[in-house]
Amino acid sequence: MSAFAVLFRREMRLAMRQSTDSFMVIAFFVVAVVLFPFGVGPEPNMLARIGPGVIWVAALLAAMLSMDRMFMGDYEDGSLELLVLSPVPLELVVLVKVLTHWLTTGLPLIVTAPLLFVMMNVPEDIWPVLLMTLLLGTPVLSLLGSVGAALTLGARRGGVLLSLLVLPLLIPVLIFAVGAGDAVLYGAGAKANLMLLGGMLLGALALTPWVTAHALREAVA
Amino acid sequence: MLHYFANPTRFQRLSRRVEPWLLTAMLVCFGAGLYFALFSSPVDYQQGHTVRIMYIHVPAAWMALFCYTAMAVAAAVAMIWKHALADVAAKATAPIGAAFTFLALVTGSLWGKPMWGTWWVWDARLTSVLVLFFLYLGYMALRDAFDEPGRGARASAILVLVGFVNVPIIKFSVDWWNTLHQPSSVLRMDGPTIHADMLTPLFLMAAAFQFYYFWLVLVRIRRELMVNRTRALRHRQASG
Repeated sequence: MSAFAVLFRREMRLAMRQSTDSFMVIAFFVVAVVLFPFGVGPEPNMLARIGPGVIWVAALLAAMLSMDRMFMGDYEDGSLELLVLSPVPLELVVLVKVLTHWLTTGLPLIVTAPLLFVMMNVPEDIWPVLLMTLLLGTPVLSLLGSVGAALTLGARRGGVLLSLLVLPLLIPVLIFAVGAGDAVLYGAGAKANLMLLGGMLLGALALTPWVTAHALREAVA
Repeated sequence: MLHYFANPTRFQRLSRRVEPWLLTAMLVCFGAGLYFALFSSPVDYQQGHTVRIMYIHVPAAWMALFCYTAMAVAAAVAMIWKHALADVAAKATAPIGAAFTFLALVTGSLWGKPMWGTWWVWDARLTSVLVLFFLYLGYMALRDAFDEPGRGARASAILVLVGFVNVPIIKFSVDWWNTLHQPSSVLRMDGPTIHADMLTPLFLMAAAFQFYYFWLVLVRIRRELMVNRTRALRHRQASG
């Protein structure tokens, strides 16, 4: 457990020293969502209808922005090789990386989201459900993103490629997250959608660290 | 068996012998299949002649899934046993699979317009096949993105295996969700629900597509091996 704590403290310190990265993600998230009232017109009912979807898509894209940096710094300065060689299981290192990525990307997105709910005129009844979907869904973004980030280490145009690889795989998360809001509006209850999202989170949590760790070993091999 | 064909020379000798047979089988099946599909099969009582799109659309969709599965198996074999030829096979399969997926999407769209009244709907089957198409593109892009080919091969192998999640989703999407796309009517537990007069051309076309794939993949693997060999010779010459 102490290895976890040491790694976690290191990652958090690194993230804190580059806190503008986190800020940029939020700024992109807000700006991307704010564009929509101009693009489709400021009619309140229309905004309420598309709001949850727009906010979720913007969150996906914003999370992509910081994804390629998950292992990049360690890869470039060689500390990734040390992490691979160290007796600490690489899967644990991956989990710490994912956790810090979520704390510096997913969590700020969730905190910012209510502001955008107001601006997009999202009905208040579905706020709790949408926040729940973000809470369950954003860790899946970080987990699946870690696979893409590890696979594209050292690739040409890595950032764009990462989005091309990961975004199609994230479509189910988007479908069930936005579906949860609609289900509440139509009176069906969001339980099924939330449980599916929870299942995806547990599945991703169980499987992706191994895949990412394998990809990292290939990257430094 | 696995290691017997790992030898490129042995593989090339064998594939050169098999290829003409596959080509012949493909041409025969295509000829017969197209004759049955276009002339000697009944017109659907609701769909009229548009039903004939099925004889391209359905086999293409089957092949889209088949190619991805083949690619995943090849990638797994390459990853586990470091089988060089399996890796080449995965690489050779990707563009063929992408083309079949594209063909399935386009013919589906052409069929959807007269039948459903729209080129495209966002139902589960169509969406998941579109994702499959993106996975093929992602595989090819990732494979191509590294200066060192070996790294691209290993990274993309992992991606194929991750993306395999999508294959069962596509297969069962029409059963799990209530969609516009019809549920499966050929490969089902209680036997096909299509009349035999339509099944004959369908299976002939499916066989033709299958032979086409095997023929093309062998040709592409042989080409890839020759490219590798040429590169190795050039390297030796340059360093020589």
